[in-house]
Amino acid sequence: MVRLVYFAWVREQIGVAEEDVDLPASLITVADLAQWIAPRGSGYATAFADLAKLRCALDQVVVPFSTAIGEAKEIAFFPPVTGG
Amino acid sequence: MKRVSVQTEDFDPATAQSALEALHPGAISSFIGLVRNDGGIIAMTLEHYPGMTHAALTALADEASTRWPLQGVVIIHRYGRLVPGDRIVHIATASPHRAAAMDACAFLIDRLKTDAPFWKKEERADGSAAWVQAKGSDDAAAERWQN
Repeated sequence: MVRLVYFAWVREQIGVAEEDVDLPASLITVADLAQWIAPRGSGYATAFADLAKLRCALDQVVVPFSTAIGEAKEIAFFPPVTGG
Repeated sequence: MKRVSVQTEDFDPATAQSALEALHPGAISSFIGLVRNDGGIIAMTLEHYPGMTHAALTALADEASTRWPLQGVVIIHRYGRLVPGDRIVHIATASPHRAAAMDACAFLIDRLKTDAPFWKKEERADGSAAWVQAKGSDDAAAERWQN
């Protein structure tokens, strides 16, 4: 079981801020997870349509989509940041 | 001295300055970011990633302290709904000499804009709202601090 968390327009398109999911063992990388979750609904499909527009973090550390999920407990998806 | 705060309430820049002056540095450099009065924008809502934000800002403060001889670093960033003219972010650095204070301050705001998990949504007078897109110029500004 991992917690998925979404921010900004990713959260708005999916419709929830966070959810707990059981991941199939076949998912190795964060990109695998994105591909697996996209068919869950139209909001997911839209949010995950272009990974180049997304960033991800494993346990609150930003990583590339090619990173192995490993033992991560929290996986976040969000747009490039715009603070400051 | 290292002070990092992620908060909804406004801040008084004089508070951070006084705290840094008490360290008897030779120089204090300070940056304050405000909500711009851009055409038609009536408000801006800042969302952030609780848990990660404070850690990301603290990591930047620590990195600045390893790169420059700093006596003190203050980073304050607000979230929630703000209107034009409101203060968003305050960065202040104290060092024995001006170059270190100014460079560290510029480093912190440049890297904050690409590393800290905040997102801005702008509201316009016509009722529309849109997420601000990240700018390539921000990436370029952050990259100049690599090496």
